[in-house]
Amino acid sequence: MAIRQCAIYGKGGIGKSTTTQNLVAGLAAEGKKIMIVGCDPKADSTRLILHAKAQNTIMEMAAEAGTVEDLELDEVLKVGYGGIRCVESGGPEPGVGCAGRGVITAINFLEEEGAYEEDLDFVFYDVLGDVVCGGFAMPIREGKAQEIYIVVSGEMMAMYAANNIAKGICKYASSGKVRLAGLICNSRKTDKESELIEALAEKMGTQMIHFVPRDNVVQRAEIRRMTVIEYDPTAKQADEYRSLARKIVDNKKFVIPKPLTMDELEELLMEFGIMDEEDESIVGKTAAAEASLCAA
Amino acid sequence: MTMNRQETEQLIQEVLEVYPEATGKQRAKHLMANDPSLEKSNKCIVANKKALPGVMTARGCAYAGAKGVVWGPVKDVANISHGPVGCGQFSRAGRRNYVTGHSGVNVFTDMNFTSDFQEKDVVFGGDKKLAKLIAEIDTLFPLVKAITVQSECPIGLIGDDIEAVAKKSAKDIGKTVVPVRCEGFRGVSQSLGHHVANDSLRDWVLHGRDDDNSFESTPYDVAITGDYNIGGDAWSSRVLLEEIGLRVIAQWSGDGSIPEMQTTRHAKLNLLHCYRSMNYISRHLEEKYGIPYLEYNFFGPTQIAASLRKIAAFFDDTIKENAERVIARHQPMQDAIIAKYRPRLEGKRVMLFVGGLRPRHIIGAYEDLGMEIIGAGYEFAHNDDYDRTFKELQDGALIYDDATSFELESFVERLKPDLIGSGIKEKYVFHKMGIPFRQMHSWDYSGPYHGYDGFAIFARDMDMTINNPCWKNMQAPWKRASTEGLQLAA
Repeated sequence: MAIRQCAIYGKGGIGKSTTTQNLVAGLAAEGKKIMIVGCDPKADSTRLILHAKAQNTIMEMAAEAGTVEDLELDEVLKVGYGGIRCVESGGPEPGVGCAGRGVITAINFLEEEGAYEEDLDFVFYDVLGDVVCGGFAMPIREGKAQEIYIVVSGEMMAMYAANNIAKGICKYASSGKVRLAGLICNSRKTDKESELIEALAEKMGTQMIHFVPRDNVVQRAEIRRMTVIEYDPTAKQADEYRSLARKIVDNKKFVIPKPLTMDELEELLMEFGIMDEEDESIVGKTAAAEASLCAA
Repeated sequence: MTMNRQETEQLIQEVLEVYPEATGKQRAKHLMANDPSLEKSNKCIVANKKALPGVMTARGCAYAGAKGVVWGPVKDVANISHGPVGCGQFSRAGRRNYVTGHSGVNVFTDMNFTSDFQEKDVVFGGDKKLAKLIAEIDTLFPLVKAITVQSECPIGLIGDDIEAVAKKSAKDIGKTVVPVRCEGFRGVSQSLGHHVANDSLRDWVLHGRDDDNSFESTPYDVAITGDYNIGGDAWSSRVLLEEIGLRVIAQWSGDGSIPEMQTTRHAKLNLLHCYRSMNYISRHLEEKYGIPYLEYNFFGPTQIAASLRKIAAFFDDTIKENAERVIARHQPMQDAIIAKYRPRLEGKRVMLFVGGLRPRHIIGAYEDLGMEIIGAGYEFAHNDDYDRTFKELQDGALIYDDATSFELESFVERLKPDLIGSGIKEKYVFHKMGIPFRQMHSWDYSGPYHGYDGFAIFARDMDMTINNPCWKNMQAPWKRASTEGLQLAA
């Protein structure tokens, strides 16, 4: 069977790396062969699998070796829990250089070095917060990831971000085979969260593939640099991740998304009481101006 | 004979017909028939606009303008091409800016200093490498007076803080370090690079000796600005200025140096040759130090005499008398040159398509030889260049701004000039069409063309190009034989 390549996007801090690693651990527990490609200069996409603080990244090692051509695959590809192969693209510290180019260079390197072996079932790309430039769209270019999962929560900004990512997918979907495969709701315990994300998914033409409830066991496992699946396979949260894993294995719903317009998105938020009806009369009025209006 | 305005406009219309409608509309604004009575060009020609996609343009980039044109000729400077290796290598020592001195000792114009970007430098940034490179240059070449950082495209994309590196390195090595933000993708042509380079001179170099008043100035101190000393142009100009009693204290930037630039504030007059590339710093010199600038033209005896008189008029009677004496002294030799070459060149028709100032400045030199300019255009001019061009050209002459290769070839096919003066990109196309051609950016490996000495070389070069026997042999001998045979039979 061909390798299924999946990319995980979502707003910064939403829990992409944690969700990805737990879900991948769930897949590995089922016997699937998987590689994780971290596409974030922070390089925290594989620590729970490797029990490491931070893996040596492709770009760091390349800089040390001189050029990326001097690098060998086994220097940067590490195997962790459940035989999961882990690589991190790496990149500069904030404020210098070009992290996007780092992602491009790293993925090119992996392809040239034959990291995408035939026996792999899945490759997961864990991508930095937003598709800020062409480099971070590298994982969804022609011949790379064809399934995209967006991690989202019931918070307004997370939904805005999800919708923006869907817009980015449309650009690549129209010319290639990349498709939106679903929203993963990583719960923040907001009101009517599950219904809201289901409604959002429906409007975007996709599905909420799974609702991952909030559970402190995730944090307890993280302190030990472990996934819940490995730390406490009997925990209820481990079931949730296994269930997400199973749904992804069985997933057939791959769509070209229909991103919402700003008005549609705000309407949806108002419908669920997350946003108030907009009062046009107060736009651009300072506190002082309002006070003087009231006085008059 | 030049076409009249109506005929020229008709020709423009016919050439434009090939374009798609939108392109034709855009390009129409860049083409016109000359009217010498026009004072202002902004209503009749559009210039300094982005070249259209799909056409072949002769233009360069901002890096070419800053590194190649303005900074490249300064001899005691190490210009670092910050980015991948190619930009520096292909802009190295190709422009024939002559200098005095010893390469690698006190002259660095023919060397390529580059940070040689690799993938890792793009990803992690090149700041540290740059600082190291500057320190190494200072160690290896102790006589380097200043170091510039010429930004290539990736620098603007990844946001290397070259200003911060320049400030810190300048302190560390105790020399001037100049960041130049001339990323190639900026602007529409090399013209922006000239401006960026001028601004970098203003902000990082010019004031370097403002506290030092040890320089003893005279009332006859002048600076030459915008002469890049191609084939020695600035030298053949300088001798004339010295001959009329002036003292040249600075050359910008051909055979120029950092100390000269910083001493320019003592000049009484700034003599500006290439207005396009150096008007910015000239205006600044006037505003800040009160040094007026004067545009002059040292191509051909007519323009040289007019310019010498214009320059002398700024000074006292001694200089004015000197100027007359110098003109008179050179006149017999100039007359002899004209007597020799004019009969061979009289009536020859010329089309020009060059850079900053030559399409208007060289006209006089051709006219001194009895030739006429039937078409002229600039690669990267602004409207103020065309303001200065109308009165130099004949009525009805064809003017083309940023001509595409299609337009230039079409115009040449129709006008059938006896000589084309343009760049290396155009040269071989027109050679293959069988038309004499001179490369007028670097004088086709000849020169100098400036000054009285230069005119002798200019006249010889034009003659040997136009009257070269090769142009009579454009047809293969066997084809020619059959034509002759036919003629005989008839």
